[in-house]
Amino acid sequence: MEWIQQLVNGISLGSIYALIALGYTMVYGIIKLINFAHGDVFMLGAFIGFYAISRWEIGFFPALIISMVLCAIIGVIIERVAYKRLRSATRIAALITAIGVSLLIEYTVIFFRGASPEAYPEVLPKSSINILGVNISSISILILAVTIVLMILLQFIVHKTKIGKAMRAVSLDADAARLMGINVDNTISATFAIGSALAGAAGVIFGVYYTRIEPLMGVLPGLKAFIAAVFGGIGSIPGAMVGGLSLGLVETVVSALGFSLWRDAAAFVILILILILKPSGIFGKNTREKV
Amino acid sequence: MKKSKAFWVFSVLALVIYAVVQGLISGGILDLYYQNILVQMCINIMLAVSLHIIIGITGQFSIGHAGFMAVGAYFSAIATMKLGLPLPVGLLLGAVVAALAGLLVGIPTLRLKGDYLAIATLGFAEIIRIIFLNVDYVGGAAGMVVMNMTTWTYAFAGVVITIIVISNFTKSRHGRGAISIREDEIAADAMGINTTYYKVVAFTIGSLFAGLAGAIYAHNFFIIQPTTFNFLKSFDILIYVVLGGLGSLSGSVIAAIFLTVVSAYLANFPETRMIIYSLVLILVMLYRPTGLMGTKEITSLFKFGKKGGTKI
Amino acid sequence: MTEKKTLKRFASVFLASSLIVGALAGCSSSEGTKTEGGSSSSSESSDVIKIGANLELSGAVASYGSSIANGAELAIEEINAAGGIDGKQIELVKVDNKSENAEATNAAIKLATQDKVTAMIAPATSGNAIATAQIANQYKIPTVTASGTAPNVTENEDGSINDYVFRTCFIDPFQGIVAANFASNELSAKNVAIYADNASDYAKGLAASFKEQIEANGGTVVAEEAYVADDTDFKSTLTRIKSANPNFIFIPGYYEEVGLIVKQARELGIDAPLMGADGWDSPTLVELAGAEALNNTFITNHYSSQDPEETIQGFVEAFNEKFSESPNAFHALGYDTVYYIKDAIERAGSTDGEAIQKALAETENLSLITGTFSVDEKHNPVKSATVLEYVDGNQKFNSKVNP
Repeated sequence: MEWIQQLVNGISLGSIYALIALGYTMVYGIIKLINFAHGDVFMLGAFIGFYAISRWEIGFFPALIISMVLCAIIGVIIERVAYKRLRSATRIAALITAIGVSLLIEYTVIFFRGASPEAYPEVLPKSSINILGVNISSISILILAVTIVLMILLQFIVHKTKIGKAMRAVSLDADAARLMGINVDNTISATFAIGSALAGAAGVIFGVYYTRIEPLMGVLPGLKAFIAAVFGGIGSIPGAMVGGLSLGLVETVVSALGFSLWRDAAAFVILILILILKPSGIFGKNTREKV
Repeated sequence: MKKSKAFWVFSVLALVIYAVVQGLISGGILDLYYQNILVQMCINIMLAVSLHIIIGITGQFSIGHAGFMAVGAYFSAIATMKLGLPLPVGLLLGAVVAALAGLLVGIPTLRLKGDYLAIATLGFAEIIRIIFLNVDYVGGAAGMVVMNMTTWTYAFAGVVITIIVISNFTKSRHGRGAISIREDEIAADAMGINTTYYKVVAFTIGSLFAGLAGAIYAHNFFIIQPTTFNFLKSFDILIYVVLGGLGSLSGSVIAAIFLTVVSAYLANFPETRMIIYSLVLILVMLYRPTGLMGTKEITSLFKFGKKGGTKI
Repeated sequence: MTEKKTLKRFASVFLASSLIVGALAGCSSSEGTKTEGGSSSSSESSDVIKIGANLELSGAVASYGSSIANGAELAIEEINAAGGIDGKQIELVKVDNKSENAEATNAAIKLATQDKVTAMIAPATSGNAIATAQIANQYKIPTVTASGTAPNVTENEDGSINDYVFRTCFIDPFQGIVAANFASNELSAKNVAIYADNASDYAKGLAASFKEQIEANGGTVVAEEAYVADDTDFKSTLTRIKSANPNFIFIPGYYEEVGLIVKQARELGIDAPLMGADGWDSPTLVELAGAEALNNTFITNHYSSQDPEETIQGFVEAFNEKFSESPNAFHALGYDTVYYIKDAIERAGSTDGEAIQKALAETENLSLITGTFSVDEKHNPVKSATVLEYVDGNQKFNSKVNP
């Protein structure tokens, strides 16, 4: 019974990672940039949701929508202001800028409201289903459902719509896409908007599920989501889902065996092993180095 | 000939700086507060220069430098506090173990490129930190209490050695190999340069001096804790190199000095400090992606009339 | 050829500069000793007594540091209004150590050498307090930590005592023992679990002393787990604990994680009583865990704002007036720390560091908000602890335990 409960725990933890990883993998797929600020957009989403719920006293779903919209706007602003100029710059320059943006968001939030944590109000009825001694909280079912719905939606957007086609074209070869009449700038902005909206949604859901939010909350989940995205094959949407769930399960198993203190180390070990042994991840495509 | 001249100029400059500062300390003009800022400055310079060889010279993007600093700090502290060895031995041991750690981390990860390498070094630094966090022999999360044994003299000697070794490395055959990797790894590989070898050598030297800096750090601040060496520390070091110029040794030294002073000045406004730091990072990358000094050295500013000056 | 010339020139400069160094070092050796100890007693301005506060005003544990600062400010305001110490006003010099130990050292050095304070309030957390101990000893500045509860703040590993370091709070082992006795006697707990914050010495110390005492009381520790600060998901470890079936769980740690642990434990259907220590004490805990989940939980603490004693109620009222909130234990300890230092300065009759140090060490039966105490030979106050119970989100005074 203990192990079934642990499986449930692992899946609910993993679906949070998966939710953040979905946005991560989209952004990486299109401009090949580790967007360190993704975790911080997730944090901003959590805070927007928090203020929406506690100050304006609106319900969970309106707060989720507000947070997603505002995060999409923030994502586009970040891309336009900070990353756009760097598309032709070196990878190092882009990465340093991403780190800079991440720190800037974190410490601006700390500057305005301090570093103390905030507790999310209870917006969803708290109930848990008990099946043969296994407790499943209704919120974790909701998270999993939201994640799966969003994944399917994303798959649909990327593979069935015009903008999705443009995204795939830009990610394959931006110059060729431009020659084919695709507006590369707008496509990249759209990707950032979608990815950041997902981060915002993840932020609100995280807040509701775990209660505690604080300005540096995005750092570790952001890194973990990146690990999940790499694990699943970066750029691949089902890969992010699978990677997130696997990472959640691995971490839960490590804790369940009594090594909870090594949980974060385990995540990083997985990352390094994948990077070294199979950098393309589970669902990734092998790419050759071009001269 | 040119090389030896630069070397002598540097040595004399170092001696003069040392003589002046030591004089001020002995004369009681610089009290412990300022001495402490000076030691911090020296530690930061060592960290900046040791990362400069990895990022600036070899072009390998590592954001896990604090991990090697932690290794140096802990092993030197073990040597002096637990084994009762004298301080110089402790410093040496810390540096050597950090170099070994650099070698161990470098061999598998340096095959990776760009942002994958960055994230892998970050991962390794976190693993190192988590290991120290879980080993009770070194105090776990509570950290290790370390006697204050270093003086400004140790810190300054550390800086001088670091700069001499790394600038000589840069000018050597090895250094040119490393620079060719920075400029174009595939071309360097095609020219028959053993890129992995040069990358690992540069990484190990960088780790060695990060370890030395960590060892001096440990013996200056009374207590070392794993949280001190988290990735924010790595970013702190990164900004010295980036601001100073990716490829400029004197640039990273100047940036380290400047930012230590700024940081001491802003000690009471930590959030403001971080906001300024991050804005500087972004603006420098957007408008001057090679950093303030680029790959130029400060000495090149004085070399107007010289013909055939070697550019590094 | 030119090389030789330059060599020679530089060699002479080298010689000259080394001579200067030698000369400077030589003539200053007599002055050097003067600057060492002499800077401690501030005699320049005789009408003000400067007390340095080296506190966590920003960073991870900013809420503790700023609480202590508020408590200290209230105390100093009261003392100054009543005429100060022997007619001298007290001035509080606050320095932020950003919750980092290197910064704590820097701040202590600054207070000692730049501000030349008479006494210092050491950082709130033990690690940061330790980082200031050597400075306090070196400059002979009596230093009191309000809430650094780890034994090694005052006592070094080799058993020697940090002469100039004191504290206002009780030490961790005592809290652990009180909790264990409460579990055995009041809750008749037999099978207990321990879930400690591994990232703090404080929690580890509490866990160790609790374990020792509960086993001495005849209890069994059926599960012993740890977590790292900043974790958010504790369910997997809690599931592990649940399957060991304990009827009491001791969770030493800080409110930021404990709030989530309590919430997730109740979600997993763990109904056993939970207990913690002073690290739980924050209004945020109730928000994080939810009032309902917190029922049937207990903490040991330095004091309770609901303690009916007259002096305590007077303090609560005064504090409420100034800051319009109810004082927590850190506020009370910050307040007490100032009075503890004041008492010592008065008995010493001077602002000389050595005299104050002696007076602090000889403190006996000093009656303060967080209890009446005498100082033992390890510079620890021997004082009582309070057990509180959470009922519908409010702390309820349960009992007072004497050492």
